[in-house]
Amino acid sequence: MELTTVWFALIAVLWVGYFTLEGFDFGVGMLLPVLARDDTERRVMINTIGPVWDGNEVWLLVAGGATFAAFPEWYATLFSGFYLPLLLILVALIVRGLAFEYRHKRDDVAWRARWDLAIVVGSAVPAVLWGVAFGNILRGVPIDADKEYVGGFFNLLNPYALLGGVTTLLLFLTHGAMFIALKTDGPIRHRARALATRLGLGAAVAAVAFLGWTQLDTGTTASAVAFVGAAVALLAGVAAATSGREGWGFLGTFVAIALGVAGLFLALFPDVMPTSLADGTTLTTTNAAATAYTLRIMTVVAVVFTPVVLVYQGWTYWVFRKRISTHHIPASTDPGRTPTTPTAPAGSATP
Amino acid sequence: MDPTDIARWQFAIITVYHFLFVPITIGLTAIIAGYQTAWLRTRNPHWLRLVRFLGKLFLINFAIGVVTGIVQEFQFGMNWSDYSRFVGDIFGAPLAVEGLLAFFLESTFLGLWIFGWERLPEKVHLACIWLVHLGTVFSAYFILAANSWMQHPVGFAYNPDTGRAEMNDFAAVLLNKVQLVTFPHVLLSAYMTAAAFVVGVAFWNMRRHRDGTDDHRMYRSAVRTGALLVLVAGLGVAVTGDLQGKVMTEVQPMKMAAAEGLYETEAPASFSLFQLGTLDGSKETFAIKVPDLLSFLATGDPKAEVQGIDDLRAEYEETYGQDPGEKYYSAGDYTPVIPLTYWSFRLMIGLGLLAAAGAGVILWSTRRRARRAPGRRVLAIAVALPLLPLLANSFGWIFTEAGRQPWAVFGLMTTDLAVSPGVSAFEVIASLTVLTLLYGGLAVVEVRLLLTYIGRGADPMPEPPDDAAGSSDKPLAFAY
Repeated sequence: MELTTVWFALIAVLWVGYFTLEGFDFGVGMLLPVLARDDTERRVMINTIGPVWDGNEVWLLVAGGATFAAFPEWYATLFSGFYLPLLLILVALIVRGLAFEYRHKRDDVAWRARWDLAIVVGSAVPAVLWGVAFGNILRGVPIDADKEYVGGFFNLLNPYALLGGVTTLLLFLTHGAMFIALKTDGPIRHRARALATRLGLGAAVAAVAFLGWTQLDTGTTASAVAFVGAAVALLAGVAAATSGREGWGFLGTFVAIALGVAGLFLALFPDVMPTSLADGTTLTTTNAAATAYTLRIMTVVAVVFTPVVLVYQGWTYWVFRKRISTHHIPASTDPGRTPTTPTAPAGSATP
Repeated sequence: MDPTDIARWQFAIITVYHFLFVPITIGLTAIIAGYQTAWLRTRNPHWLRLVRFLGKLFLINFAIGVVTGIVQEFQFGMNWSDYSRFVGDIFGAPLAVEGLLAFFLESTFLGLWIFGWERLPEKVHLACIWLVHLGTVFSAYFILAANSWMQHPVGFAYNPDTGRAEMNDFAAVLLNKVQLVTFPHVLLSAYMTAAAFVVGVAFWNMRRHRDGTDDHRMYRSAVRTGALLVLVAGLGVAVTGDLQGKVMTEVQPMKMAAAEGLYETEAPASFSLFQLGTLDGSKETFAIKVPDLLSFLATGDPKAEVQGIDDLRAEYEETYGQDPGEKYYSAGDYTPVIPLTYWSFRLMIGLGLLAAAGAGVILWSTRRRARRAPGRRVLAIAVALPLLPLLANSFGWIFTEAGRQPWAVFGLMTTDLAVSPGVSAFEVIASLTVLTLLYGGLAVVEVRLLLTYIGRGADPMPEPPDDAAGSSDKPLAFAY
């Protein structure tokens, strides 16, 4: 296989990693006001992703860095072309990341409410915009002969791409609800499970529409297989969650997102960013790529270190595998002020 | 204003801001890991309390460092797309390796360290914070390798068919001679900065506890270990900085001539302590100089010739042409802004020396045999101490980046041709405004949080974990 194809595949893998992992922590963030009834429950939710959200986000940074190194032209055209949406995503990720770290630093209702808002908005904005961005990449945007994006901001807001945004939004919401159902105990777990099944059906409708449209436009046999697999996994996950099998439910949304993203990349290949202009330049895995030398070096680094990363990231999930419920949350969020005392196990009653 | 200028302002603002947090992150992980190691070896509760206390301050700082770092990676594509096209084959590789080797390590093991208290075996938990530190060091290495390549491009060939610089020797990029002096210089100044931070924080709290109390002793040991580290790291910073100056004189003589405000080639050259020039920096009007010192600093030989700005300008115009007609560099003035380079260079060195002197005073005044407790004047020094290396770092970057101008990649690509051609002035102004306002607001939040937590001081010794009945039902040792 050509090294350019290998790197196309690796970048697809990085995006799969990013969407399957950060997808659920976006979902948890967005569902904060929906699933939690009080501050302790909000903290239960935040603590389910506390140890992992930062590591999840690194998949994005590595996807960005790998694109820069392996397909410099793609990196340059994409990020200068989608300038304002990317700026919005960056601002969202900034306030969201700080919110996790800062919300518990002061015992002050208004302070927490503001950071909670930052978590919700900071999770929702990227959840929608990544879908919009990928929709536009698949559909093709105006790229001139100099490989420069020449469309404006509003060019990005077309029905197909917006459907992509709705799809990622609903998928991540479902994924987040499944994760909460899997990782918590008490009433919140049951609320999350019930919500996950309802959201899952909505996500399935959006996903079938968006992936079906993609398949009709640019699909191949391989992408069709992936898309059908994604739909089956999503529905199987919803069915499993309904019957109380939360682990299988989460696996279902995980596989659905993974296959959906993989299918998008299969539908895109061998282009990386098609142009919509007749006399423009379509960026492909070959004309956007770095040299064979750089790709060879990078392949060695990736082959050696990716398994290591997977092992220790997997280990983190193992270390923090236990369910969290309200009685695990220390009374004070502010460990500097008072010694911690356990609250009454309010949420331990299970129906 | 032209979009290149706005893009440069944005780069300067968000990079200098980001780098206020980076050195503290790098250095503080090492210091915390050191204290935690000391705790495991001695079981002296002071060390554990310091680990927990500094850990909280560290996390407040780290959060901003991380989130502002995301912008750093994407702004090359956003504002500097022609730069990214031209150098992506070389510059992208260290960035990608940084992500894979450093960012994953740092973020994953930091999560394990924060939430792993009482859940991981003690030694494994200690290993986590050391791995976080290792991640920060890797990160520094690869990002500095990328920057050093911009200062002194090596290991590549220009390919006229693709119109870009293409890598042919990755080892040369990683072992660039500029990199080999820059990396230790930056790493040591990170240790120096974080140590100064610890000194300031611990000194403030030490003064609030009466001499002889347990807390006083704990903070005093933090003050003294910190001050010692400021001095040792500071010495390393000076030595590596001197080496860096010599390498830089060799590869970018114009930057060093600008740093000295040396207009005419001299042999031997004198070092100017203080200089006034014309406003545009094109001429010197008054200066106080030390004979021969510049020759010695620049080359190691007190009688050697040092090239001046005027000769270099003529030489660069000869080499790069008045109008090259090439795509990647535009004809023009090959001189950086002299007053900016001159003063940022002096502020970098001066503030660094001042920090070392301050650490010396603090070490002296807190010695066991000191006749009286350190007074308000020493307190003022301690409180100011963290700011000195922080500002020195900023001026160091301003010097090194502004001194390379007009080049983005020295000798290969000028900055005005590196900017994104398709991005409108509106877009750049929008992002400059949004990010500057956001960063300004976050700075206020961060400083207030830090001051609150510094003021509270270290928590009392935590209760030993009760491994008996129902350990899965007890509250988490740490929760958001």
